[in-house]
Amino acid sequence: MRCIQYEEIKQAVKSAVIKANTRLPDDILEALRTAVENEKSSRGRMFLEILLENADIAENEQMALCQDTGMVSVDIELGQEVSISGGSLEEAVNEGVKEGYREGFFRKSIVSDPFIRKNTGDNTPAIIHTQLDLGDHLRLTIFPKGAGSENMGRLAMLKPSQGIEGVKDFILQVVREAGANACPPLIVGVGIGGNMEKAAYLAKKALFRPINVPNPSSDIAALEEEILMLINALGIGPQGMGGDITALGVNINTFPTHIACLPVAVSLGCHCTRRVSIEI
Amino acid sequence: MIVLRAPLNGEDIKSLKTGDEVRLEGTIYAARDAAHKNMVDAIHKGEVLPFDLQGQMIYYVGPCPAPPGKAIGSAGPTTSGRMDAYAPLLIELGLKVMIGKGNRSPEVIAAMRKHSAVYLAAVGGAGAYLAGKIEAVETIAYPELGPEALLKINVRDFPCIVAIDCRGDNIYDLNPA
Repeated sequence: MRCIQYEEIKQAVKSAVIKANTRLPDDILEALRTAVENEKSSRGRMFLEILLENADIAENEQMALCQDTGMVSVDIELGQEVSISGGSLEEAVNEGVKEGYREGFFRKSIVSDPFIRKNTGDNTPAIIHTQLDLGDHLRLTIFPKGAGSENMGRLAMLKPSQGIEGVKDFILQVVREAGANACPPLIVGVGIGGNMEKAAYLAKKALFRPINVPNPSSDIAALEEEILMLINALGIGPQGMGGDITALGVNINTFPTHIACLPVAVSLGCHCTRRVSIEI
Repeated sequence: MIVLRAPLNGEDIKSLKTGDEVRLEGTIYAARDAAHKNMVDAIHKGEVLPFDLQGQMIYYVGPCPAPPGKAIGSAGPTTSGRMDAYAPLLIELGLKVMIGKGNRSPEVIAAMRKHSAVYLAAVGGAGAYLAGKIEAVETIAYPELGPEALLKINVRDFPCIVAIDCRGDNIYDLNPA
């Protein structure tokens, strides 16, 4: 049995939320640099250059990349040979988020109730998913996501007869309706299969994967490529004001589903999709 | 480069065309969802607003707290569509410029045409970059709203694009989406 201290988890989460909010992931930086080369609209190129400058300023001055420092999703893979002492895992994560948002001077964007809407003042609670597994590892993915893009996510329970064409049409419809609101160029996370909540979770988890890492199945990887081309053909462009680069990447995750179901969920990530994975 | 400084009149607004690049200078007001709701409630109750809307600019933003030595934290635009329910009344009372990101409703655009107002887009997600264009910040109302308080901010060389002009020409309609 491996013992991990509550305090160690809290400190790791604190550092991770600060890093996530101030440093754009390498794969997205690289994609933005490539996008500047490929964007034909001069206005689009100007926006992309400002976004790269923004990433520099955020890292050098330790400022939040975007003022919407989001609601934090924390995805945990926990080995069942680990015991945690000094407090609960959930509390360690929430306390780490709290301290990180205070020390990082990040916006506190969480309200306590969907109707009363009083700010909790510390950006908690985080949305925590824990998966138990064999082994003695503890891995956490920290994913603060802003509401501009989160609000444009959609889910559809398609008929199996609609097949791949139905899935493609739905994804394109979601991107089209999102327009400028989700801050393109986008990272498009897609979950296909499972049931209703599984599809939504698959879509969100697809955004955790770097955009230069394709789905391990070559068929799905080809679909990712094809959908990226179709999205970029829409002409929405950087900031929704026209151009060739509407999305930087499409990540798809699939799962077995019911004989009567074809669930598909789309979670849109903005150009400032922030994520940090840590292992304790 | 076109420079905008409040207070603005109808003629200033009519000279702006969709796609124009503009720079804001001087005083603008920062307000988002909750501050808009409070202002519109105040108008309906016949109360005096925390500032005179006549000729002014409102930036849809909920900034990060200011780190030591800075006037403000990250401060990019939020999605403007959430303010659509409130904007026509403010335009009717003299608001001339709205700054945010994303498309507006037909009701807002109709009010802009009727009363000569303009909608500018700032670069969404460039919060650290835009914070560098803000020199001073003062909370003038609703401090209890935290990041949604009503702020008076002083900007210098703050870059925007005319997204919808007072004729209703819309930059978001110019692409095939």
